[in-house]
Amino acid sequence: MKISRGRLVFNIFNTIVIGFLTISCIVPILNILAYSFSSSQAIIENRVTLIPVDFTLQAYEFVMSNSRFWTSMAVTLKRVILGVSINLILLILAAYPLSKSEKMFPARKYYVAFMLCVMLFSGGMMPTYFIVARTNLIDTIWSMILPDAVPIFSVIVLMNFFRGVPEELEESAVLDGANPLQILTRIYLPISKPSVATVTLFSLITHWNSWFDGLIYSNHTENYPLQSYLQTLVVSSTSTMENMDVDTMLALRNVNETNMQSAQIFISIVPLMVVYPFLQRYFTSGLTLGSVKG
Amino acid sequence: MKAKKKRNMARRRDSRYYHAMLFLPVLFLFIYHFLPIPAGILMAFENFQPGKGFFESKFVGFKNFEKLLIHPDILPALRNTLIIAIEKIICNLVIPIAFALLLNEVKVKWFKRAVQTITYLPYFMSWVILAGILIKFLSPGSSASSPGFLNTLLVNMGIIDEPVYFLGSNQTFQQTIVISDVWKNFGYNTIIYLAALTGIDPTLYEASAVDGAGRWKQTIHITLPGIAPIIALTTVLAIGKVLNAGFDQIFNLYNPAVYASGDIIDTLVYRLGLINKQFSLSAAVGLLKSIVSCTLVLISYKLADKLAGYRVW
Repeated sequence: MKISRGRLVFNIFNTIVIGFLTISCIVPILNILAYSFSSSQAIIENRVTLIPVDFTLQAYEFVMSNSRFWTSMAVTLKRVILGVSINLILLILAAYPLSKSEKMFPARKYYVAFMLCVMLFSGGMMPTYFIVARTNLIDTIWSMILPDAVPIFSVIVLMNFFRGVPEELEESAVLDGANPLQILTRIYLPISKPSVATVTLFSLITHWNSWFDGLIYSNHTENYPLQSYLQTLVVSSTSTMENMDVDTMLALRNVNETNMQSAQIFISIVPLMVVYPFLQRYFTSGLTLGSVKG
Repeated sequence: MKAKKKRNMARRRDSRYYHAMLFLPVLFLFIYHFLPIPAGILMAFENFQPGKGFFESKFVGFKNFEKLLIHPDILPALRNTLIIAIEKIICNLVIPIAFALLLNEVKVKWFKRAVQTITYLPYFMSWVILAGILIKFLSPGSSASSPGFLNTLLVNMGIIDEPVYFLGSNQTFQQTIVISDVWKNFGYNTIIYLAALTGIDPTLYEASAVDGAGRWKQTIHITLPGIAPIIALTTVLAIGKVLNAGFDQIFNLYNPAVYASGDIIDTLVYRLGLINKQFSLSAAVGLLKSIVSCTLVLISYKLADKLAGYRVW
């Protein structure tokens, strides 16, 4: 096939623009990775760009021995496991009845009105804080799980998927005398695996990335999840090195704030990278499901 | 007759199951998402004291709202919110659409896939992580630390004479916020337009090529009209975001030096409430914001339903 001259010029221009935007997405991340593996001397002399200089693992060794990092990692793992399970159970329980037509479930409209109300109108930061405090959740793991136990957006995604399930499938089960809970678990859930995977990943990412709830609902820093701990470390620049004894200091001459923070940031995105192929696959299907079909 | 009666009985039994299934989800939503609404309204009209609670605190009428009117931080916060949010809305529409159109012209499969894989990546990271990365990346350097990657690059290339404090000066803060938000989201926002582009009937292109239409003409007359419905929908749904300038992002990137250009309603609500302990004042701002936002979202849903038959429920 012959390519016209204009087309060739366009293709070159197009590749450059796309290439530039793509590189801009990866460069800051490579930069932080390079810092995390570089010696503090190289960082101070501004010799680090995208490739580690004077390669060292000392920043990672330091993070390995930093108990605060691991305490908050444990809190995060706990909230992810508990939070995602509770999210899933509750959102499936909510999505199934709401996927029924008004003829099948006459009260549906009242539930929908209620959901729409809490979706559109927010009580605001302080009232929510005091309700969480009133229910005695402050400084417990539940303060990060119960307030958002029902992710409404995910309910909508799953509800729309359930609606697309052919009714004939259900009818045969009804004839066998199955009750709605059995129909949900034996018929709907097995064929909704892609949608359930999508909403599971939504919850997983939300719980992994949440930092604000941990920050305001914890009075003691040992209750912080990883992201809240990183927030205080990186953004409010609380020094990790302040509380270090002299021996550790001497042993880690190659460590400074920059490579140490970089190492912690990088470790915290490794789990994201692991689930990233799934994210790409299911988040896209979830997006078009949720917003195009509506 | 008998069959109908039987069906009605089954339906009533099913309904009972449905109510039972919805009980726990509704309970949690009621406690943590519904109760804060009346609680917030109460707080806004009283001098709330945590020790006294929602019902024992002193009722003060519209005093909190009067205080707000003369509060020096409220107008700048409103102005910054509108500027940042509207700039974000426009850029988050235009750039992903343009990027989708460009990417759609790429015929090399592996390149297209690699581009998508890389550009989606920042979307999945929290603003805490991205702030940690960007604060270093954009740093102008100080007596204790060297400048970050971007300033070093720009100075070495001779584009700027000395490092720019992107996140620390009121001249650059808003643009930095808008650009970094687009940077985080454009890859992900592109997906929806790419999906719409693949939905366009390829015979339309073939027919127009026979008629002698070039690529540019095809883009104007086939591609853009083909994705116009989805563009209209995303535009309309964006109306609801006019008061959301992005709390997570700004909270993690701003500092007192840029309050003049970077303080938004949500960060003000936070500082009034959790830092200054002016709980009622904070609740009053939150209430006003909620009312306006709710109205805007309702309008956008109505429009989306009219324009595109889009329904959330």
